[in-house]
Amino acid sequence: MSNAMHNKTLTELKAGLAAGDFSSRELTEHFLARIQQHDGELNSFISVTAEQALAQADAADTALAAGNGGLLTGLPIAHKDIFCTEGVRTSCGSKMLDSFIAPYTATVVEKMAAEGAVMLGKTNMDEFAMGSSNETSYYGPVKNPWDLERVPGGSSGGAAACLGARLAPGATGTDTGGSIRQPAALNNITGLKPTYGRVSRWGMIAFASSLDQAGPMAQSAEDCALMLQAMAGHDQRDSTSLDEKVDDYLGALNNDISGLTIGIPEEFFPDTLDGAIADNSRAAIRELEKLGAKVVSVSLPSIKLSVPAYYVIAPAEASSNLSRFDGVRFGHRCDDPKDLEDLYKRSRSEGFGDEVKRRILVGAYALSAGYYDAYYRRAQQVRRLIRDDFARAFEKVDVLMGPTAPETAFKLGAKKDDPVSMYMADVFTIGVNLAGLPALSMPTGFINGLPTGTQVIGNYFREGQILNVAHKYQQATDWHKQAPAFGGDQ
Amino acid sequence: MAIDSKVVAQVAHLARLKVDESDSGALSDRLNDILAMVDQLQQADVTDVAPMAHPLDVTQPLREDEVSEPNVRDKALDIAPAAEDGCFLVPRVIE
Repeated sequence: MSNAMHNKTLTELKAGLAAGDFSSRELTEHFLARIQQHDGELNSFISVTAEQALAQADAADTALAAGNGGLLTGLPIAHKDIFCTEGVRTSCGSKMLDSFIAPYTATVVEKMAAEGAVMLGKTNMDEFAMGSSNETSYYGPVKNPWDLERVPGGSSGGAAACLGARLAPGATGTDTGGSIRQPAALNNITGLKPTYGRVSRWGMIAFASSLDQAGPMAQSAEDCALMLQAMAGHDQRDSTSLDEKVDDYLGALNNDISGLTIGIPEEFFPDTLDGAIADNSRAAIRELEKLGAKVVSVSLPSIKLSVPAYYVIAPAEASSNLSRFDGVRFGHRCDDPKDLEDLYKRSRSEGFGDEVKRRILVGAYALSAGYYDAYYRRAQQVRRLIRDDFARAFEKVDVLMGPTAPETAFKLGAKKDDPVSMYMADVFTIGVNLAGLPALSMPTGFINGLPTGTQVIGNYFREGQILNVAHKYQQATDWHKQAPAFGGDQ
Repeated sequence: MAIDSKVVAQVAHLARLKVDESDSGALSDRLNDILAMVDQLQQADVTDVAPMAHPLDVTQPLREDEVSEPNVRDKALDIAPAAEDGCFLVPRVIE
């Protein structure tokens, strides 16, 4: 029985715990053993917190025995190493924070722990979440469990890879330009970026504050609904967190989708798109038509400018956010600074990797005197055009669909020295962040043995609806149940 | 709006980053690649379009001016690279 535990979804594991088929300690030990056995090859974790995990598991078993279980009691979860965890190193994938022990815990982690979740450890990621391949991590690249010579995507690459390899049944991620959805697609898992402001950013290390949003990653939409139920909600400590009622995501999963209108933005199926990628997403849309959905064509004319707008706004916000890493209050400090200026410059130059430095420089340039209007102001204007395109589309449709990523997982090193080609990995995901909308990526088939994903984009605060659509699709298909051969026998 | 090694040096100073002269050429090439891509923004007609800072045009909320967080000075100083007498320690700035 324990052999199959790692292939079960969170929802199945929750039922197993409730029925007493296994304890949280057995479950946690099983995943810790899998991490120990397989993660040397995958590199999906930066820190494994075995001792704390087992203590949380024992507490969960006590709570379950007493009938005091919460939403996630006893379920092992991996947190992206961008969330502060008191007493546990929080590196954000950077040398800058290699020795940073967070003095407090992020709201997301706290809320999930309050619902009984067991933290297995902290997952690998692109440095400060800047990347689409997980190759910018100070801790080395993560491998894709479907092909160890390929990237897992990024920046939540460790989270997606450990889920794909079944080293954890659920994981948190963050998404600034596609960092939950693109790795979800490349590892055959399901991941949701909620509406901007739906989930608290408190204790989540900031990259681009107007775009960053945390969300759930798991095997299925049903599991993402379970996790989001625990993660979502207003938080006074995050002034951008919105005071909107949290819907019953689990309750909405089985809603009938007949009559649902799906919009297909023509810009998500350009002539240049790989035909096989387009075919897989079109097949997924047809499956939903069989379930009663209607399909209409829509246009998002300004979306072609989403990558350029993003690469002004995100670096500008990053250059400002990352100015806090100055070698004075926490994080890396250089040896023997000769004066304060030298302390700042050498601490930052030693602590940050190349991609982070590039983005800081682009941001500082775009915000500097003489260039502000041409770059930053114009990017914010284009951002409004993009949002208005989505708003017009949502007057006619309930959800929008298209491929999550323009290609399957690429080879490690293939785009490392070509930032602009790397940035295009997020061409279909970035617009959603600029508009602040919720969107999910779900597995929709393979090309040459590599997973592909399809995105379901909803209107503001319609997480329940997109989870419902994805759940219905997953009830009718089994792409999301496919696991790689990697780490398969135990 | 191509940038050269001189502009890189200026911007690096603004961002308090140290760029080695040997890396400066390759770095300005990469930055120019990025800026060339970003320059597509110039195609957009943004006449009368207000810059957008928040997708739902929400403004900053206000709260009562009361103490909501505990004093964590000791915890904050514990993780500092250097601290003394309740202060962060840096190289001398005033002679």
